[in-house]
Amino acid sequence: MEFLQPATWHEALEARAEHPEARPIFGGTDVMVELNFDRDRPGALLDLTRIPELSEWGEEDGMVRIGAGVSYARIIEEVGGRLPALAMASRTVGSPQIRNRGTVGGNLGTSSPAGDSLPPLYAAGAEVEVCSVRGVRRVSVEEFVRGPKRNALAGDELISAVVVPVARGPEQFSKIGTRNAMVIAVCSLAVSLDVERRKVRACIGSAGPIPIRAREAEGFIEGVLDEEGLWESRGEIGEEALGRFAELVREAARPIDDVRSTAEYRRHAVGVLARRELAWVWQEYRGGEAR
Amino acid sequence: MRLRLEVNGEVREVEGVWEGESLLYVLRERLGLYGSKNACEQGECGSCSVYLDGVLVCSCLVAAGQAEGREVVTVEGLAEGDGLHPVQEAFVEAGAVQCGFCTPGFVVATHDLLSRNPEPTDAEIREALAGNLCRCTGYEKILDAVRRAAERVRV
Repeated sequence: MEFLQPATWHEALEARAEHPEARPIFGGTDVMVELNFDRDRPGALLDLTRIPELSEWGEEDGMVRIGAGVSYARIIEEVGGRLPALAMASRTVGSPQIRNRGTVGGNLGTSSPAGDSLPPLYAAGAEVEVCSVRGVRRVSVEEFVRGPKRNALAGDELISAVVVPVARGPEQFSKIGTRNAMVIAVCSLAVSLDVERRKVRACIGSAGPIPIRAREAEGFIEGVLDEEGLWESRGEIGEEALGRFAELVREAARPIDDVRSTAEYRRHAVGVLARRELAWVWQEYRGGEAR
Repeated sequence: MRLRLEVNGEVREVEGVWEGESLLYVLRERLGLYGSKNACEQGECGSCSVYLDGVLVCSCLVAAGQAEGREVVTVEGLAEGDGLHPVQEAFVEAGAVQCGFCTPGFVVATHDLLSRNPEPTDAEIREALAGNLCRCTGYEKILDAVRRAAERVRV
């Protein structure tokens, strides 16, 4: 095995092009587990922690660009005000030790259906910025994640950043697990309101091969909000509409039975989360406390 | 490969490190620092917690090469001289040490918590220590130890 430690982004891209077998590593919270357990023996490790730009984030024109090496701890601390759902999801990742090291870039690279940061990124309409010696391209996160642990990254590409529109309204993220900490999601859900564009977005995590946008549910509730003039009146969403929204989110899930849960429980739980989170974001929009 | 890093204030050089090796392995097997324990090797138990450039991490999840030129502080580096650090004393006094296997990780994580938050609430203690597992104390004594340490030290 080789240990490649480029000092600049350009060197990193060259190293990636020369060593398609190399495994990029930043926080190591996924990669080192594979190595420690002898599940993986990549030809090389490509350590990206020496490249300062990857640990930077910034805001421009209503978009937050988060370098692939920004830790969950820093997202919670520094970016949380702009991206509430991503911060909520980051808070549910592992433990302080894991949040100090793990990154959204790594979560995208691993592309696990249970990746906690993915539902908020889907709900926000985020884009993944990927680079190679051939150039830079941006891919919507929905096109980036292709299947369980599969993504659109070419052999010579590295994830440089994720670009996320600043929240345009209240957002929520919730996760079901058997403990409060150190748990892989049984299922999760992100819900966001785009107050400017009068849109509702909902994305299910860990209840399908990839995160799933609940588009029918989104369309249904947008219809209710428009027809009943609720964006203007800031009135309550009726029980029946909340229930129907939850049902449509539940129907959008494509869960399996596995060691963490039955499919049936996942489906049920996703519905419960949908009803609660929609009520919470709407309550916040109306001017009350979210919880 | 060859590695040079600062451990507990001392520059250490190590030869023949395998590229896929963890920092934990280097600390224990190559530098003889057995305080950090090797238990789960997947970041679940926290018994290998150390500071890497001042940040609390699981040393089993840091590739050795990533620590090149960095500063590591292990549980051995917390106390000055032969005495115990006040956090360590509090663990002993509260009976938070039973088999002792998880203790070094808990001590480093507690040290980190108190350095950021000298007066944590019980909920904050629980959240801060959520990455450290213990199979014998039942955690109550550990919570006592952290409260006791918080009263006594400003780390």
